[in-house]
Amino acid sequence: MRHIISIQLENESGALSRVSGLFSARGFNIESLTVAATNDPTLSRMTIVSVGDDDIIEQIVKQVNKLVDVVKVTDLTATEHVERELLIVKISISNNTQDDVDAQLDHFNAKVIDAAEDAYIVELAGKSQKINDFLAALNADQIIEVSRTGVTGVCQKI
Amino acid sequence: MKLNGAQILVDCLKSEGVKHIFGYPGGAVLHIYDALDACTTIDHILVRHEQGAVHAADGYARTSGKCGVSLVTSGPGLTNAVTGIATAFTDSIPMVVISGQVPSAVIGSDAFQEVDAVGITRSCVKHNFLVKNANDLAETVKKAFYIATTGRPGPVLIDITKDTTIAEIEYEGYPETIKMRSYQPEMQINNEQVAKAIAIIEKSQKPIIYSGGGSVIGNASEVLTALTRNTGFPITQTLMGLGAYPGTDKQSVGMLGMHGTYEANMAMHDSDCIIAVGARFDDRITGNLEKFCPYAKIIHIDIDPSSVGKVVGVDVSVIGQVNDVLYALIQGLEGKTLPNIDPWWQQINEWRKVDSLAYKTVEGVIKPQTVIEALYEVTNGQAIVTSDVGQHQMWAAQYYPFDKPRRWINSGGLGTMGFGLPAAMGAKLAEPELEVACVTGDGSIQMMLQELSTMLQYHTPVKIISLNNGYLGMVRQWQEFFYEKRYSMSYMDALPDFVKLAESYGHIGIRVEKEEDLKPALIEAFKQKDRTVFLDIITDPNENVFPMIPSGAGHHEMLLAGRDEMASTNDSGLNLV
Repeated sequence: MRHIISIQLENESGALSRVSGLFSARGFNIESLTVAATNDPTLSRMTIVSVGDDDIIEQIVKQVNKLVDVVKVTDLTATEHVERELLIVKISISNNTQDDVDAQLDHFNAKVIDAAEDAYIVELAGKSQKINDFLAALNADQIIEVSRTGVTGVCQKI
Repeated sequence: MKLNGAQILVDCLKSEGVKHIFGYPGGAVLHIYDALDACTTIDHILVRHEQGAVHAADGYARTSGKCGVSLVTSGPGLTNAVTGIATAFTDSIPMVVISGQVPSAVIGSDAFQEVDAVGITRSCVKHNFLVKNANDLAETVKKAFYIATTGRPGPVLIDITKDTTIAEIEYEGYPETIKMRSYQPEMQINNEQVAKAIAIIEKSQKPIIYSGGGSVIGNASEVLTALTRNTGFPITQTLMGLGAYPGTDKQSVGMLGMHGTYEANMAMHDSDCIIAVGARFDDRITGNLEKFCPYAKIIHIDIDPSSVGKVVGVDVSVIGQVNDVLYALIQGLEGKTLPNIDPWWQQINEWRKVDSLAYKTVEGVIKPQTVIEALYEVTNGQAIVTSDVGQHQMWAAQYYPFDKPRRWINSGGLGTMGFGLPAAMGAKLAEPELEVACVTGDGSIQMMLQELSTMLQYHTPVKIISLNNGYLGMVRQWQEFFYEKRYSMSYMDALPDFVKLAESYGHIGIRVEKEEDLKPALIEAFKQKDRTVFLDIITDPNENVFPMIPSGAGHHEMLLAGRDEMASTNDSGLNLV
């Protein structure tokens, strides 16, 4: 099952590689990983999407917790939470295709952030599934480049 | 007070109460060595190879319970130390390793003797630090010792750039306490979990205590013994746990696992209640997981939550210091009526009659088991025994029962050949009044031979009991059993004359070829109180370690040494029990 693991850790050099190194050393998988500083500049938040059965997820949480730089680990999927991912995609356009593309942008509420004569750069934030659906709705030949941030999220409980 | 980084480091180590540092100098640590030269309270042991430094610090830590300290230079100094660090990590040994690093300004430029020490050691340390500023030094050292010695202990590396050791700053003294929001090793025992454990114990008919290295590291020997005595339960101990409970006591059923006793493994297999104490269900213990303890409810006591459920699902876990949890169990069991386990003991005593450690002696051949038994006799079972890795390690564990913790020093988790000799040196420095024997083989001893030189220089007299069978015996054994006797690269031709070798290092060498010479030679060796003696004992090259759980088998499927015609070799056959 897909789990979103949210990790608060000391914002120190090497902290990221401690976590990612742990995943590779113990054979845990990473679907996506995002990391950035929080409002407290001494803390980073890392969000990892991993897939595994309950035993594996339990081990991931425990092993990550054991890292000395890690302050807190939460399995977001075990609680009420919100999650988002940002997509930036470069789409080629022509007179023939522009209407179709515009229709899809409207449908998915995606935003053009840069428009050239023959290409759009489009942003879309949402759950991973929505981004998958949007990309699937575009004609594969039109997609020039895709960049996804991976999932980030917070739990809804205060 | 204005001091340079190197002087600050040395003051920190002094303040930590460090008495011995095992190390080797080099360019990046020259300032540190200069500061050490002016320090009168710390003895530095100049090893001959950095791996030896870390193993010696490790042996010192295992024997004394204190934090081992090692100091190496950058680049090859650090990479040589890595095997020692990984050895300590796998067995959860408290240790601080200090490595020099190239100056901050040239980090990342492939400078002379530069390696990414923090990167290389990341997966085999509890934590590591790179210090690039002398102002961070004292706090980092404090953190390193704190992390290494608390919770589940382990090695911590401090990598210090050369400019840090040179920089002069105002030093305000070594911090007395340290707090880290991301590391809180103190934990409260969950009483509900203790109550659940007690409920299982109360209902059990066939309980067994399975105690591991955590009982030794956690100094839980006394409480473990009290719990075992109070309950009357049988106890089996892992390779890492030997000695926490007296091995000669009647409630001890011996070591369990791949080369454990028949009664220990059968009792585990048939048990309905396993109390795992500071043990981590290593694959050498469990054998085939699908056949592991099919009838048992498992109670797992450990300081490390990630040990619980990692290999084997358990029914109840209690997280905390082994001492505290065992004490809570003892208290909780007070006044409770435990079930009558006489039938269980009758069954165990039946298994004992199989006498799974019996072996047949043969005229004209020295059996390795006989050597260990003679060593036990000559030392009254009171020596500290270090070992290398292989057959001799198993024989030492099987035939030298330890009645006290921290007397059996071996690389259990990583299985590092070469560990025994430097570890013996560290053990002797920690316990100078006790006899120290290093049980080794002709393969292992050659991996750290150079430390014979260190042992002369620092006067650490130990007795080297080398079981010389000309083979990498454990490899040969597996090839005999599982590779149709194709002895690929397990025979060592061209062994040195170990007697002359010992003599050339300034020690005493004695070669023993006949069984009648064995005990006199051992007695003579231990008479030489102030000398290191190398006993090169020619043993049966065909002997195998039994009992054995072959891979894929369960605890109840042990191989025992041939019962009917116990010949000097195993060609006479194995019984699948």
